[in-house]
Amino acid sequence: MDFRITEDQEALRRGMRDLLTARFGPEDLREAAAPPGPQTPPHGLDRGLWRELGKAGLFALRLPEDEGGAGAGLPEAVLVFEEAGRALLPGPLVATHLAAGTVPDAADGSRVVTALDLPQEPGAGEGPPAAAGTAPGGLVEHLDGADDVLVLGPARVRVLPPAALDADPLSSVDPLTPLHRLRARPGTGLGEGGQWRPGARRLRREAALLTAALQLGSAGRTVELAVEHARSRRQFGRPIGSFQAVQHLCAGMLVRSETARSVVYAAAVSEDEAETAAAALRADEAAVRNARDCLQVFGGMGFTWEAEVHLHLKRAWLRAEQWMTAVTAEEELAHALQRDT
Amino acid sequence: MRLDRTPQQEEFRCTLRAWLTEALPTLPPKPAPSDWPARRAYDMHWQRMLYDAGYAGLHWPADAGGQGATPTQHLIFLEETERAGAPYVGAGFVGLLHAGPTIAAEGTPEQRRRWLPPILRGDEVWCQGFSEPDAGSDLASLRTRAVRDGDSYVVTGTKVWTSHAEVADWCELLVRTDPEAPRHAGLTWLALPMDAPGITVRPLRTLAGTAEFAEVFLDDVRVPVANRLGAENDGWRVTMVTLAYERGTAFAGEVVACRRVLHDLARAARRNGRWDDPVLRRRLGRLNGEFTALWRLVQWNVSHAEHAGRTGGSSVPGAGASVFKLAYSGARQELYDTAAEVLGPEGALDSCHEWTAARLSSLSYTIAAGTSQIQRNILAERVLGLPKGR
Repeated sequence: MDFRITEDQEALRRGMRDLLTARFGPEDLREAAAPPGPQTPPHGLDRGLWRELGKAGLFALRLPEDEGGAGAGLPEAVLVFEEAGRALLPGPLVATHLAAGTVPDAADGSRVVTALDLPQEPGAGEGPPAAAGTAPGGLVEHLDGADDVLVLGPARVRVLPPAALDADPLSSVDPLTPLHRLRARPGTGLGEGGQWRPGARRLRREAALLTAALQLGSAGRTVELAVEHARSRRQFGRPIGSFQAVQHLCAGMLVRSETARSVVYAAAVSEDEAETAAAALRADEAAVRNARDCLQVFGGMGFTWEAEVHLHLKRAWLRAEQWMTAVTAEEELAHALQRDT
Repeated sequence: MRLDRTPQQEEFRCTLRAWLTEALPTLPPKPAPSDWPARRAYDMHWQRMLYDAGYAGLHWPADAGGQGATPTQHLIFLEETERAGAPYVGAGFVGLLHAGPTIAAEGTPEQRRRWLPPILRGDEVWCQGFSEPDAGSDLASLRTRAVRDGDSYVVTGTKVWTSHAEVADWCELLVRTDPEAPRHAGLTWLALPMDAPGITVRPLRTLAGTAEFAEVFLDDVRVPVANRLGAENDGWRVTMVTLAYERGTAFAGEVVACRRVLHDLARAARRNGRWDDPVLRRRLGRLNGEFTALWRLVQWNVSHAEHAGRTGGSSVPGAGASVFKLAYSGARQELYDTAAEVLGPEGALDSCHEWTAARLSSLSYTIAAGTSQIQRNILAERVLGLPKGR
C-alpha cells in the first residue's frame, strides 16, 4: 500500500494546472461569466480551448496508446478532472472524456459530446431501456454547443445527434452551463434504431467519479479563496482571518475537502460501486458547503456577481444533480451495508 | 496511488491472522467494566500474549525493544485485531502510546532500560498527569509545582482526567519547575511512581456512569531527579512528541469497529422494520459513506507518514491527524445518535444497552485529546496559515 500521488501523476496534474492557469485563469472565468443577468444568452463553448484540452490529453487520457491515448487509468483521470474543477472549466468534460474512443474525433477535442442520463428503471437490467424516450424531465448540458449526445440507459448506451432530442432550454442557474430539459414525451423514440451497446453501468460509475473529481477541485479552490480573503480583508483593525469564528469556518472547509479527497482517490483505485457512491456524496457535499462557507467568509463581496464565489456554488449545485445524486448515493451505500455482511 | 498490499504486508497479515485464530480462544473471560484491578489484569494478560508472540510495541523503534514495524504494518495490525474481536490496548494505552514512545525518543539508555521493557511485557501500567482543573485546552498554564531539593523534586498540585490512575504503577507527569519563565519554558517531564507517599487518587464518575478517570492530588510528593526525561524546563517539547502520537493512528482500529457497528445497525433495523423508513435508511447510507471516507483518510495519512519516516522526516502524523480527528469524532457521535433511532425509545433510553452506553461515551470524543475547537485552531493557524487568533 502506498496511497500517495506518484511523481508521474503529479507531473500530469501540474501540466493540466499550468495549461488551465494560462488558458482559463480566474480572469478568464470572470470574463466568461459576464455580463450578468437572466437575459444573457447561453454562452457557447470555446472550441479553441476545447481542442487544446484534447491535445493535452484530457479526453484521450485513458485510451490505449495505439489509439492516440496515454494508456492512463482512472486515478490519473481523477487528478486532471480535479484541476478542471478547480478552474471551474465549463463544458461537458465528463461526457466527452467518456465518449473518447467511441465517438470519432471526441478524443482530440474536435467534437464536443454531451450526455443524457436516463433514469434507472428497476428490472431493466438487460435489453434496451424500457423508459428510453419517455423519461420526463431529464436535463442535458450544452445541448446547443454539442456535436453528439451520449445517451445512457439503465444498462446500455448509444450516441445520438443533438437534434434527435426533443428538449426545451431553461434558464440555467449556472451562467456557464446552459441546460435543456427533455419534454415529457419526445416525438423521437430514443429507444428505437438498434444502435444500443452494453456498458452503461461502468460509464455511469465513471461519470459519477469524474464528476466527484470536478467537485473536489472546486471544494479545494474555495478553501484557497476563503483563506486568501480572510488573510487580506481587515475589519476591527485586523485581518478577519484572526477571528476564530472565521478560522473555524475555514478549518471546517479543509476537513470537508480533505475527507472527500481520500475517498475520491480511493474510488479511482478500487473502482468499487459503493465507494464511488461515497466519493460522489462526500465530494458533492464538500463542493456545495465549501462554496457556501466561502461566500460567508467573503461577506457582502461574496454576494456580488464580480466575485467568483457564486460561480463555484452554482456549478456545485449543478454537478450535484448530475449522474449520482445524494439520494441515489445514500441508497446505494445503505444497500451496500446489507451486501457486505 | 496503490491500495493493495505488498507481498511482505500480505505475509504479515496472514501470520497475524493465524496467530489471532489460535490465541484469542485462550483468553480468560472479560472482566466487569467497573472492576479496575481485574481489567488491568486482563489487559496486561493480553499485552503479555502479544509480547510472547512478537507483536508488543509493534510501532516502537527496534532499539527501544519494539518491532520497528512500518506505519502500514501497524495499520494492518490494528485492522486485523479489531476484525478478530481482540481486546483493546486498555490499561496499556498510556504506556504504549504516550509515555513509552516519549521515553524511547527522549530517555537516557538507563531510563529506556528501566521503563520500556515492563511496558512491552505488560508488567507495568502508566497513567498521564497532564491536565489540571485550571489547565485543560490551555495545557501550558498548568500550575503543579516541582521544587528541586537535593536529588529530588518535591511536587505539589492537582491533576485531573487521569485514566487508569487507580491501577497505574507510573504517571507521566508534567510540572512547572520555573514559575518565572514564559509559560512553555518552565515545564518539566517527570516519571512519578504512583506508590510514593503524598499521592491521593479520587475516581471521577463520568456522565456515562463509569469511573474512567480520576483526580490525582499531589502533596509534597518526592520524585527522584533521575526520573526526569530531558532537561529541566524542556518538558513542553518532550510532551509534544507524546501528544502528536495520540492524534496519529490511535483511532484507526476504532474506525474498523465503527464500520462493524454500522453493519450491525443495518441488520437490527431490518429486523425491527425501521429499515423501511427511507430517512433512517439514507442516514445509515450517509454514515457508510463517511466511514468509508474516514478509513481511506487513515490509509492516506499512514502512507504519507510512512514516506516521511523513510525519507528522514518526522513519522509523526501532522495536519492529516487533526483533519481526521475532527471528522472522526463527529462521525462517531452521529453513528450512535443514529443507533438511538434504530433502537427506538425502548433501547435508546436504556442506559444498559450497549449502543446507548456507547452513545454516552461518544460524547467525550469531541473533547478529549484536543477539543474540536482546538483542532480547528490548529488547522486554521498551522495548516491554512491564518493569522494567530485571540
